[in-house]
Amino acid sequence: MSCYDTLIDYGLRSIGIGERLLPKTDITLCEQFVLIGSGMIWNVYFAIFAMLLGFGVATLVAVGKASQNPWAAIPAKSFIFVFRGSPLFIQFFLAYEIFVLIPKVGVDINLGFATITAETRWLTKAWLGAVIVLFLNTSAYAGEIFYGALRAVPKGDIEAADAFGMSGFRKFRRIIWPAMLRLAWPSYTNEAIFMFHATTLVFFSGFPAWRQSGDALYYASYFADKTFNPFVSYPIIAGYFVSFTLIIIALFGYANKRLNRHIAPEQKIKFRFKPQFMR
Amino acid sequence: MEMCADPSSLDGINWWMCYLTTGKHQAFYASFGTVLLLLALTAPVVMVLGFGGAMARKSKIPPFRWFGLAYTNIVRGVPDIIFFLFVPIAMDQGIEYLRHRVKCPDVREPIRQGHDFVVCTAAKMPLGSSPQWIHESYGFMLALIAFALVFGAFAANTLYGAMGAVPRAQLETAEAFGMTDRQVFWRVQVKQMWVYALPGLSNLWMILIKATPLLFLLGVEDIVYWARELGGSKTTRFAYPHPDWRLYYFVFLLVFYLFMTWASEKVFNRVTKRLSHGQATVGAGS
Repeated sequence: MSCYDTLIDYGLRSIGIGERLLPKTDITLCEQFVLIGSGMIWNVYFAIFAMLLGFGVATLVAVGKASQNPWAAIPAKSFIFVFRGSPLFIQFFLAYEIFVLIPKVGVDINLGFATITAETRWLTKAWLGAVIVLFLNTSAYAGEIFYGALRAVPKGDIEAADAFGMSGFRKFRRIIWPAMLRLAWPSYTNEAIFMFHATTLVFFSGFPAWRQSGDALYYASYFADKTFNPFVSYPIIAGYFVSFTLIIIALFGYANKRLNRHIAPEQKIKFRFKPQFMR
Repeated sequence: MEMCADPSSLDGINWWMCYLTTGKHQAFYASFGTVLLLLALTAPVVMVLGFGGAMARKSKIPPFRWFGLAYTNIVRGVPDIIFFLFVPIAMDQGIEYLRHRVKCPDVREPIRQGHDFVVCTAAKMPLGSSPQWIHESYGFMLALIAFALVFGAFAANTLYGAMGAVPRAQLETAEAFGMTDRQVFWRVQVKQMWVYALPGLSNLWMILIKATPLLFLLGVEDIVYWARELGGSKTTRFAYPHPDWRLYYFVFLLVFYLFMTWASEKVFNRVTKRLSHGQATVGAGS
């Protein structure tokens, strides 16, 4: 079987398209590359959705933590403390147990033109349950980053906004928020990288892989188990992750450039790879 | 306890007293010790590896420097969980391979036969005949090495950055006093770097705490293992039947980790205050 055939058979295996059975004997290098790469679809999916959802909530959490009002500050602080203070691993286990215990019901959602049924059993599936956990987790980490940036917004910017007669939400949206993003962006890039790395935990803690559709690490450890040779599959997945990490750095670097486009060159904040590692 | 002899006759507080003191529960409590032991043993090894890595990166001899660079950078670009899966099994096979070479030099068959990794019986590590505790501590040791290698790379980065953060003027002053390079390094740079390293190291410690549930993945019977074991629903065939209680056990673990984080934060805040005494950094300001 040529490598092209393998690509056709297993390229989309992780999302359930293609050959049912995973290779069991005579595992070729090509099969390892293709299947592990196919698993990366899940990692990218988890990371993108968690980051997109988490971005907005992180801003809210940051504003809440910086707020004078204890009704906003205390919930925001405890949210950050709980999700940053405990291992993501435990959070996955815990969330899965909660999702399993939730009664299995379908909730009809009327969209006006059509009705869809949202079922609570979806929560026990990785595609929804794990995204929720990762989303809450990244909201807490990014919230803390944004909070730090919020406190570092230059006083002059705010005074200038006041002088223009801006107040309330308009001042926030036009002045404070962009300044906060600009200051937070290098750290937020690191957060994105490690959110992405953390997606490897999904199928390792709590969420079972359904019909052997798992993420990259699921397949990598599958191969390591089957061939009893860790020196092939783990370097492959490491290579995938390094290259995706470089892509994230490039994308976020582009955004960073835009956020800093009005800043004098010597005051621009450069990205430094300074990860938060394990969660 | 005597009253626990017949669990089915118990109810209320007595049932709970007996339930929470079963042998398995005692193993569960002891496994918290395993986690603390791992932390206590890993931390010094991490510091040594980190210091070595930072010195290698600073080294004037290129191969050392390259090694230091490679060590710190590879570990950072790859999800650490991959290292936790890779290092123990790679170490295990490496050790068995070497023992195979030494102990059974006359066995001619290749070690990798297809998908199998075959070494002679005498080279097995630990030996098949060893008692159970040796197997367990060998697994624990492999886990410890994996933790130390990964976190050593992180520490190397932090310490390297801290060494560079020591004000140049201090080093120049030391040189002006006629100290040799070695003396400048040990007497001034290393002594002064800690205050700069502390934020990074405290962060690292928090991460190390939060990484301990990975022991479970490495097959060590840690708190996660026991929480799953004890929490799973028990039918009436068991002495203490109960429905699925894993949720409560995991909440307990969550509280444990939150407490560890909270306590560590307190300690580090105090240490920062002490170390920043007389230093021109933000920590000393307030």
